[in-house]
Amino acid sequence: MAKKVIMTEADIKRTIARISHEIVERNKSTKNIILVGMRTRGVPLAKRLASNIESFEEMKIPVGILDFSLYRDDISSQDIPLVIKSTDIPFSVDGKVIVLVDDVLYTGRSARAALDAIIDLGRPLSIQLAVLVDRGHRELPIRADYVGKNIPSSKDEEIEVRLTETDEIDEVAIIPKPGREG
Amino acid sequence: MEAVGQIKAIDLKDEKPQPAQKIWKHKHILDLDDFSPSEIDLVMQTTEAMHEILSRPIKKVPTLRGKTVVTLFYEASTRTRSSFELAAKNLSADISNLTVSSSSVTKGESLIDTLETIEALGADIVVMRHPYSGAPNLASKHVKASIINAGDGWHAHPTQALLDMYTMLKHKNSIKNLKVTIIGDIIHSRVAHSNIWSLTKMGAEVTICAPSTLLPKGMDNPQPYFPKVNVTTDIDKAIKGADVVMGLRLQLERQQSGLLPSIREYSRLYQITEERLSKADNDVIVMHPGPVNEDVEIASTVAHGDKSVINEQVTNGVAVRMALFYLLAGGSHNE
Repeated sequence: MAKKVIMTEADIKRTIARISHEIVERNKSTKNIILVGMRTRGVPLAKRLASNIESFEEMKIPVGILDFSLYRDDISSQDIPLVIKSTDIPFSVDGKVIVLVDDVLYTGRSARAALDAIIDLGRPLSIQLAVLVDRGHRELPIRADYVGKNIPSSKDEEIEVRLTETDEIDEVAIIPKPGREG
Repeated sequence: MEAVGQIKAIDLKDEKPQPAQKIWKHKHILDLDDFSPSEIDLVMQTTEAMHEILSRPIKKVPTLRGKTVVTLFYEASTRTRSSFELAAKNLSADISNLTVSSSSVTKGESLIDTLETIEALGADIVVMRHPYSGAPNLASKHVKASIINAGDGWHAHPTQALLDMYTMLKHKNSIKNLKVTIIGDIIHSRVAHSNIWSLTKMGAEVTICAPSTLLPKGMDNPQPYFPKVNVTTDIDKAIKGADVVMGLRLQLERQQSGLLPSIREYSRLYQITEERLSKADNDVIVMHPGPVNEDVEIASTVAHGDKSVINEQVTNGVAVRMALFYLLAGGSHNE
């Protein structure tokens, strides 16, 4: 089974533009909005959303970076510890509308961990979730507020999101799950 | 990931899914001689993440819920032990402190017996300080838990060296080519020994300075196994141009043992004073593992001066130990 491209660079650009408008529309203003990118690929997505919103609202949107690894529920079932990087949210989240941004929504466990991580930082007014791809197979009662594209997928497939900031190209593709090594 | 000895300016390009996850090889932390530069980099990066937690209003994350840490100290300690304790608590691990009188371990078996008891208590990590060099290495062969050496005899104090390196990185961009001068009782200092391993591995230029009775023999003519350092008995030469000056505690009993004529003479010839420090690099930082004998190995004006990062070292110690707990307990270590 070969790789199948689902979204091209132009698709991703249009989708991000649409989500930017949806965020503003839904929240009626941009005043209290903070975008928080979930490491790794949520970070460039959050930055792109912010610069989009800034371009038509003429207001600076703060962008934070969240590493939720410390809140994962599968830490001790990993064979090796995960590399963790810093959370960088250098502003108060109290009373703010936090929009969590991630590339793929799958089981919902990352979003659960991110929710806990944000709540440890303060008491936001609300937390919303924006994802580029929703591939289904939720294991927790979690849904996204903004979805770029719904991609029904099999658990035997992987959704590969590549972004220029991290991978030199903008592209979303379905690939067969690589077999376990060894 | 290329090991660079840096924590700053990590840009997005560095965030590709890393084989870095395969870097970590340690089940125990006994000394830094068997650490690869990539592993040290990983510890520094993880520490940076932990450091951010310490700046939060609620300094607690649920990462190690259900894990048990036991501290087993056969030697006195204030900051190291409480630093480990706070680190474990910040990660939501359970911690139990065992106090042992030093007399009960003169026989090898009783140490192992104690460890077997700890094992039966269900410890995942044992933090151990012992007056005999190598005791943690022995311990690591007898328990399933991970052992962290919190200081053994004259041998090693790896967590101190890692927090020292992290503190240097907070002030300097890179460890590579950094001029680090360590002054004081080198021969008895496990802090100096571990620091020499970690600093030379990351490319620092290390100078050690002490009266010849407090310098290990053969350091100026190193064995292939041991890292190369500059050795001098001249403190002015040692400090000149240094980026980091690290003082070590003069263990006052050394005078009785005949290694020093008098404490007064030592402090006159080897004290880190403002005047001597003025010959160092302009941005020099002054470090000390503590506890400090003020006005013996270091002038109190220097220890509390604006170049001193001694209190930062204590804070950073908690972050480094959180990082190590995470790296040891974060995986299941199936081998």
